[in-house]
Amino acid sequence: MLNYCGNIDRVFHALAEPTRRAMVERLSRGPASVSELAAPFAMSLPAIVQHLAVLEESGIVSSEKVGRVRTCRIEPKALSLAEQWINERRTSWERRLDRLGEFLADEEKSQRRKKE
Amino acid sequence: MSKRTVTHSTFVLERVYPAAPARVFNAFADPKAKAKWFKPPEDWGPEKQEMDFRVGGRETSVGGPKGGPVISFRALYQDIVPDQRIIYTYDMDIDGKPISVSLATIELKAEGSGTRLMLTEQGAYLDGFDDPSVREKGKKDLLDALGRSLAG
Repeated sequence: MLNYCGNIDRVFHALAEPTRRAMVERLSRGPASVSELAAPFAMSLPAIVQHLAVLEESGIVSSEKVGRVRTCRIEPKALSLAEQWINERRTSWERRLDRLGEFLADEEKSQRRKKE
Repeated sequence: MSKRTVTHSTFVLERVYPAAPARVFNAFADPKAKAKWFKPPEDWGPEKQEMDFRVGGRETSVGGPKGGPVISFRALYQDIVPDQRIIYTYDMDIDGKPISVSLATIELKAEGSGTRLMLTEQGAYLDGFDDPSVREKGKKDLLDALGRSLAG
């Protein structure tokens, strides 16, 4: 149970950064070498490698070195179906609670207008 | 035969709203108010929805992404304390295959002139029907959803 939660936290943490999300998007189209992965970013290779390490730790991405080329790919089994549902449930609640905040603010505004 | 498994999970979300507990409670209790914020994702087709907000009352919604599977949600209100607490149990299925059975607890506490909302969701997630295509689709949706929710 604890490990399980830890994994979700790592996945959230890994995806909470725009560069890493862009890397995941790129890899969802197919495997890529580290330099291919780094190409679109105005960032040093070590910085990219560091982002890659976070993604690998979360289990979302795996990499394999053949000769001098390290190839990265999405790890489809990183998230079990159950984990996907749980994450989905959580993010949909997050969005709903955000909308609830907006709804309450709108309601407040329209009530004030009525009083004026 | 497909493999049957159950994964248990709990998550807690907290928010503080600059509105009195009675107003936050009303946003859950009044079907018209609830429909404004508790709506499904935008790319979903029309939903069938029913809500009977009282202890023992049921809430159901049937819908899903356009051209995708039909997702059903069936809730039963277990406990309602006006302006303080709402507890319901619910189950969900996709195209008739059960995916989860959950307990949701919403607690409201006055904080200054506002309200602290605590949502605790405990669930048993069933993946005995595990299907690689659903898995891939789910993963993509998840990453999209995470991207959207975390980008803001």
